[in-house]
Amino acid sequence: MFRWFHKLASTRNFYRLSEILSPWLSVLCALLLGAGIFLGLFVAPTDYEQGESYRIIFVHVPAAWLSMFVYMVMAFCSLLVLVWKMKLADIVAEVSAPIGASFTFLALATGSLWGKPMWGTWWEWDARLTSELILLFIYIGYMALRASIDNPSSRSRAAAILALVGVVNIPIIHFSVDWWNTLHQPASIMKFDKPSIHPSMLQPLLLCALGFTVFYWVLMLIKSRTLILERESKSSWVQERITENRL
Amino acid sequence: MFASFATLLRRDLTLSLRRSSDWLNPLVFFVIVVTLFPLGVGPDGQLLGEIAPGVIWVAALLATLLALDGLFREDYSDGSLEQLLLSPQPLPLMVLAKTTAHWLVSGLPLVLLSPLLALLMQLPFQALPSLLLSLVLGTLSLSLIGSIGAALTVGLKRGSVLLALLVLPLFIPVLIFGSSCVVAAAGGFETGAQLSLLAGLFFLALALAPWATSAALRISVES
Repeated sequence: MFRWFHKLASTRNFYRLSEILSPWLSVLCALLLGAGIFLGLFVAPTDYEQGESYRIIFVHVPAAWLSMFVYMVMAFCSLLVLVWKMKLADIVAEVSAPIGASFTFLALATGSLWGKPMWGTWWEWDARLTSELILLFIYIGYMALRASIDNPSSRSRAAAILALVGVVNIPIIHFSVDWWNTLHQPASIMKFDKPSIHPSMLQPLLLCALGFTVFYWVLMLIKSRTLILERESKSSWVQERITENRL
Repeated sequence: MFASFATLLRRDLTLSLRRSSDWLNPLVFFVIVVTLFPLGVGPDGQLLGEIAPGVIWVAALLATLLALDGLFREDYSDGSLEQLLLSPQPLPLMVLAKTTAHWLVSGLPLVLLSPLLALLMQLPFQALPSLLLSLVLGTLSLSLIGSIGAALTVGLKRGSVLLALLVLPLFIPVLIFGSSCVVAAAGGFETGAQLSLLAGLFFLALALAPWATSAALRISVES
């Protein structure tokens, strides 16, 4: 188990693995997203209460899930960085941050678009939207910290500490925003009870969520390859690949 | 061990008290920010009374943030922070001493000055005890949480703006419970729940923040 772990942890093996995996995963991602979006947009029935506009759920909900999932990946990688000083984990954390921030932004933007027909306003201080906005701030802070430290080893560890502090705080922030929202939310706002979701809507949702996840893996693998080349540009295997012209 | 805690606390307090700008500037900032609100939204007493809890809390939070930047900076630039890291005393305890000293010169004056600002903002009189209590617990937590950010950014050139970016999202729970405590008190409701939650946040920060700050300091000093 640990030998396998060590093998994977070497940037060279990871580079190789990423080269093999990313084309397959790209195809899988295209299939999943294609099927999910087709089923979601054309096959799933119209919602009796929300009409066609509910279909944004197939982008909104997966994006919101991924925004949190990517943060969890970052936090786990940060733990690996702090405990085992694993170089690869730092690379994965670094490339994941902008992806996670983009998912968060996507969730916010689609939530706002959805809010216009549902709540009649572009922005509602809804508990979920608010905590998603704060998550975006945390992502931005994380990237800003990374951008401003020059020394690579202290950059990776400082960012790791911040990511872990964030992971302790996110549930607290989420809870407090929830509580704040129930206190402040005026009762006049229409609160539609979510009907338990019908299978014909759930299937495309799950397909899209899986597709988004695979999309994240693909992006992460490809982007880490670039970062590995950048960081290991002096190592012999990268030089070898450059002379053989196969990057 | 506790002797070293007391020594460091006394040293930091003496240093800050001799440089009055350290504790006076954030305090003046606090007063000015609160004064800006009536000028911005108009002198309507009822409206001011309604927004007073939030305004005072946000101003206190920003003033704490302003003071945080100097928590480790002096010690970092004159090298005494390095000596502190090298000393055989447990670093989290030393960090706690520095944070306590910092709170005594920046957080406590804010709390003591807040009744005056509550008066200016037409906050109902019955909310004063809650305002004081919530600010005591809240600014303590803010100092502790903020010390992590201060430690992460101490070695950086433009650290102060980055510090704000890093710690403001983490301050949100304290702000929510703090200001809602005052709002509840002004409306004549029980504030036990809010105060308990604030105390909970404080103890959580007390238990975790010194360790995170110590780790961050080690990284910042190494680079």
